[in-house]
Amino acid sequence: MAERIMNGSEVVLQALADQGVEVVFGYPGGAVLPLYDEIFKQNRIRHVLVRHEQAAVHAAEGYARSTGKVGVVLVTSGPGATNAVTGLTDALMDSIPIICLTGQVPTHLIGNDAFQEADTTGITRPCTKHNYLVKTPEKLARTLHEAFHVASSGRPGPVVIDLPKDILVGKAPYLEPAQVQHRTYNPVVKGDRADIERAMALLATAKKPILYCGGGVINSGAQACKLLTEFSRMTGVPVTLTLMGLGAYPASDKQYLGMLGMHGTYEANMAMHDCDVMIAIGARFDDRVTGNLDFFSPGSQKIQIDIDPSSINKNVPVDIGIIGDVGHVLEDMTKVWKAKQYKINAKALDGWWKEIDLWREKRCLSYKQPKDVIKPQHVIRRMHALTRDRKTYITTDVGQHQMWAAQHFGFEHPHEWMTSGGLGTMGYGMPAAMGVQIAHPDATVICFTGDASVMMNIQECATLKQYHLPVKTVILNNRYMGMVRQWQQLLHGSRYSESYSESLPDFVKLADAFGFTGLTCKDPADLDAVLQQMLDIDGPVILDVAVDDKENCFPMIPSGKPHNEMLLGDETNEDQAIDSDEGMVLV
Amino acid sequence: MKETEISKHTISVLVENESGVLARVIGLFSGRGYNIESLTVAEVDAVHHKSRITVVTSGTPMVIEQIKAQLSRLVPVHKVSDLTLSGPCVERELALVKVIATGEKRVESLRIADIFKARAVDATNNSFVYEIIGSTEKIDAFIKLMEPLGLSEISRTGVAAISRGTLTM
Ligand SMILES: Cc1ncc(C[n+]2csc(CCOP(=O)(O)OP(=O)(O)O)c2C)c(N)n1
Ligand SMILES: [Mg+2]
Repeated sequence: MAERIMNGSEVVLQALADQGVEVVFGYPGGAVLPLYDEIFKQNRIRHVLVRHEQAAVHAAEGYARSTGKVGVVLVTSGPGATNAVTGLTDALMDSIPIICLTGQVPTHLIGNDAFQEADTTGITRPCTKHNYLVKTPEKLARTLHEAFHVASSGRPGPVVIDLPKDILVGKAPYLEPAQVQHRTYNPVVKGDRADIERAMALLATAKKPILYCGGGVINSGAQACKLLTEFSRMTGVPVTLTLMGLGAYPASDKQYLGMLGMHGTYEANMAMHDCDVMIAIGARFDDRVTGNLDFFSPGSQKIQIDIDPSSINKNVPVDIGIIGDVGHVLEDMTKVWKAKQYKINAKALDGWWKEIDLWREKRCLSYKQPKDVIKPQHVIRRMHALTRDRKTYITTDVGQHQMWAAQHFGFEHPHEWMTSGGLGTMGYGMPAAMGVQIAHPDATVICFTGDASVMMNIQECATLKQYHLPVKTVILNNRYMGMVRQWQQLLHGSRYSESYSESLPDFVKLADAFGFTGLTCKDPADLDAVLQQMLDIDGPVILDVAVDDKENCFPMIPSGKPHNEMLLGDETNEDQAIDSDEGMVLV
Repeated sequence: MKETEISKHTISVLVENESGVLARVIGLFSGRGYNIESLTVAEVDAVHHKSRITVVTSGTPMVIEQIKAQLSRLVPVHKVSDLTLSGPCVERELALVKVIATGEKRVESLRIADIFKARAVDATNNSFVYEIIGSTEKIDAFIKLMEPLGLSEISRTGVAAISRGTLTM
């Protein structure tokens, strides 16, 4: 095929178009002006102007997680690139496919401390899956196509492409995606058959099995989630999900034990602790999930399925590690299970469910909604009830409200839950919701946030307004950095150092200033009506809900404690402190 | 081997010879808190632009497994091979050792160099530069003996290693 010669910026846009990109989240500046000029001249690719580069990455994450596609970001050199770093790190931790195009000073100025020069590839090396600096025009098209391959295959992640201005302006040859093959990066997707057979033979001997599933199932796609559901129903094995995995298995299913981990359910954590065969599927034994490793699920044999070989045996040694894409492996597991006519010991499984039912009787997520003050959990529950018959996507910020949303909003489908799990980035919620709404213009998109988190990317209200994005932002306003306050109460003698939200703005006036609707609610009796009013408004809304300011998030496994030493709300009253020096040094 | 026992491993990494690849490998070790006892790198295939990095590191079996998995998932990495596990291998290092001395010490340093099969590659009236090739242990021993004899500067290449026999990466 003859090479087509274009200017560098045209090559970039052509490559994006050929990769199926529909939208780019970005912010202009000197180094990327040639690209913006090219964007101006075309209408295949839509550009969404954010108000801060961190928000561009979170918006692209929301877009990517709610569609399964790659999210694309465009920022300028220097401060544009450094502002994107938090978002990139977030995407790396949560395995979100992102392409981030960064402007760079012209190649002959690199290294000279030129205006708005930053060593972008140096700065972003540890916070990307891979990064490139394009130094010659011949490499431009190839690099772009390779970057999409790297970002979206294997364990997905963010990829930065640093583009010096002279490369964008000069002539460059164009290659089609099909003309580019990657020399080194071709991850394995099929699991090893013998390992899968060993795993199924082990599962067939189990008396207390459990499936512990994470974000990898969602990244593998809707089909993988379906296979997971079928596999668990076929075998009768209980399922628990990580924070990142919510939606991979229907929350209403009777085999679902809820989320596990630090703020997971009693039944999920007890079952993890007491099980005899655990299958970890696309989950990485994060410290928020395992608690104290020395006491983590002591009596179980462990099988782990992951596309990333470095996730296997990282924190917890496993008996059988299967490297491959979750969807492919689940398919093979199902085939083997059926072919060998395996069955789990029905009597043992029945006993296991009886044990689980006893744990369930604790009703660990229950709360009482009094007449005078709104419980934050209640807001989540009511919102869930009121949106059941709508296509609804939820994003959150970070803190207690995030955990309450995870615990109380029942997710039935994958790709409907966006939260910052690995990095725990306050400021994620509103921009992520923007990205989701851009991808799904007709869906209901709700951002549950906190009074502190919402301030971290509040400037994005202008983006919501500009693009008429009807995102519903619900502030669970406890006038505290609630999660910080909770730890200070439990671990630091109730010394609430700097965790009170002083000088909060009037959120109704704030929304008004940005040109959309602000609502408040403080009487429990009004809650449903206000939520409904918000849902009915055709446009962005900020709803400021005054909630119980001293409510703590339970259950809780304090840092450094094993799963079976969970704190349940009713046992932990106002002044019950956690007595653990070890817990104090952990995060 | 016991799960908590720390052992030394020589790992060879075949990489694309592109800018930043060494920084990726070093950054991975420092960022994740792994040890580097020695590291060498040079292009080994000019036609296909491949370089070979040899790292000597130490850790528990789980950590060593992590190091290899983490290296393997770097995008420009072709192959990772644990020479310590894959069978017998040859490991060699080269050192240049400067000894400044006169009289009896000078003569004694020459005698020891002879025993170690080190060559004097530079000489003045009161100094020698010895070139010695061998295992890390042999070079360590040589340096130790030179210490009282006027040892004044050392430059070492770090370990290069390759499997014995027909086994290749
Ligand atoms: C960028 C960033 N800075 C600091 C933290 C630490 N942190 C975790 S939760 C939290 C408080 C969040 O308060 P708010 O948004 O009001 O949520 P709440 O816990 O009250 O629901 C803080 C400061 C963080 N996660 N992210
Ligand atoms: Mg708060």
